[in-house]
Amino acid sequence: MDKLKQISIFSENKPGRLEKITKVLADEGVNILAINIASSNGFGVIKFIVDKCELAYQKLKQKGFTVSLNEVLAIEMVDKPGGLYEVAKTLSQKKVNIENAYVFILESRKRAFLIVEVQDIEKAKKLLQHVNLKFYREAEFKKKSK
Amino acid sequence: MFWQKEIETIGRKALEELKLKRLKQTVHRAYKNITFYREKFSELNIKPKDINSLKDIQKLPFTTREDLRENYPFGLLAVAREQVVRLHTSSGTTGKPKAIFFTKKDIDQAAELIARCLIMTGIKKDDVLQNMMTYGLFTGALIMHYGAEKVGVLVIPAGPGHTKRQISLMQDFKTTTLHLTPSYALYLANVMSNEGLDPQRDLFLRRAYLGAEPYSEGTRRKIEKFFSIDVYNSYGLSEMNGPGVAFECVEKNGMHLWEDNFIIEIINPETGEELPEGEKGELVLTTLCREAMPILRYRTRDITMIIPGKCKCGRTHRRISRIIGRTDDMFIIRGVNIFPQQIEQVLMGVKGVAQNYQIILESYDQMTIRVEISRDLFDGRIEHLMNLQSEITEKLRSEILVKPKVELLEPGTLPVSEGKATRVVDKRTL
Repeated sequence: MDKLKQISIFSENKPGRLEKITKVLADEGVNILAINIASSNGFGVIKFIVDKCELAYQKLKQKGFTVSLNEVLAIEMVDKPGGLYEVAKTLSQKKVNIENAYVFILESRKRAFLIVEVQDIEKAKKLLQHVNLKFYREAEFKKKSK
Repeated sequence: MFWQKEIETIGRKALEELKLKRLKQTVHRAYKNITFYREKFSELNIKPKDINSLKDIQKLPFTTREDLRENYPFGLLAVAREQVVRLHTSSGTTGKPKAIFFTKKDIDQAAELIARCLIMTGIKKDDVLQNMMTYGLFTGALIMHYGAEKVGVLVIPAGPGHTKRQISLMQDFKTTTLHLTPSYALYLANVMSNEGLDPQRDLFLRRAYLGAEPYSEGTRRKIEKFFSIDVYNSYGLSEMNGPGVAFECVEKNGMHLWEDNFIIEIINPETGEELPEGEKGELVLTTLCREAMPILRYRTRDITMIIPGKCKCGRTHRRISRIIGRTDDMFIIRGVNIFPQQIEQVLMGVKGVAQNYQIILESYDQMTIRVEISRDLFDGRIEHLMNLQSEITEKLRSEILVKPKVELLEPGTLPVSEGKATRVVDKRTL
């Protein structure tokens, strides 16, 4: 299980915010692999999985955005009916609670990953050490995403 | 450490006698030389000889801000014009400004009071004071400047703004002491933290004097923590010389108000009735040593109280609490009287809130509090932000008895003025 980091950005819910954020990423040549937006009562948190995570984080911070970086689980799903069920079943058996989740697809429909946010990442990784799930591997990932 | 130990630690009885003697002199001079006061006295059917005890001060007329405006420019001058060496004005956002005159002795006296204040906080000749208040018609910078020079401190007359230059001055000349407004201190902290500067590592600061705007204890702690310094509260107003009227000693528990120079009264702002020590009300001041412009019972509009009891530092001059609000800052929502400082106090006590906020009065029964969240405490979890939003709403509701709408903003969204901050936006009058 390699480390995968997610970037979260606090944003007021108003026109132009996503544009400003994505412009920073575009200017730095950062490729977005997955995005998730949650909003509540006038504000939102936008989450990204990107290829150059550290660079994106530093640049966003420099530009004055309110950013945080945290580790998430990335679990490969088989792209067929029941794919998510298999993953969810394993997590539930190991009592890993999902705080937030979203999907990213690599190589258009060949492989899909479920991005899972948990309360305690170290504990979750330990619990999931010996399960029959495929996790994100940095090397493999770097090679495939051009 | 004391600047004028004898007068600063004078026994209460001797101080009362001195106050009465000076009050009588002031009343005589005001009556003799200022038409405005002569007319007021005759309306109230009193003469200077009716003042025989300190209690008799209550017979005297109040002087209001409007009185100063109406008598602009020379109406309240008690000496011949050639004796006046300095003019300051107090900003008039509505109508005419107020003119404040100083004789050479008045300037010297104001500087003496500042010297007492600075020495009280442990300043020494080898300290370096960077004065970031506005030099000019405003008293804030110049009076502090003269007092600090009297002590023998190296003064850098930086004025406000030009934040990057301020930081280089602090580094190059090893500034130990700052004099600035709370909102500028917060702004400076923000700039330094964005530039990756650590005051403890990169600067030489030991203390700061904060004045000219009311601020909360929470804000003091934030500033103290960020800069690793002691923050001392400073109180003054142009009508009473400017800074140096009252100042905190090292105990940091209320500001000693120099009673040999001013008579303190705390009154109920609606009835004018005097309130006992420990009760909050409007501060009313009478000058005791001023030549050019003696002012009787000036309605400062500042809300504070006299802190009962003696101070450990040994000074006998009584202390006033930090300014809780201004009678003219107060606003009413759903029939409840609210001071912006009450809101600030709540906000500064909530973890996850940055320094900047704004109060928007939407209508007579609705207000919005816009709060910047702290960049460092953002962890990416929307649930935490939702909790923060409801925590702020709930704490405010229990403090001010009105449930506001709370908006969470990105840090840096709200305008930060480099002078006095505008915290309240009243849409009801726009």
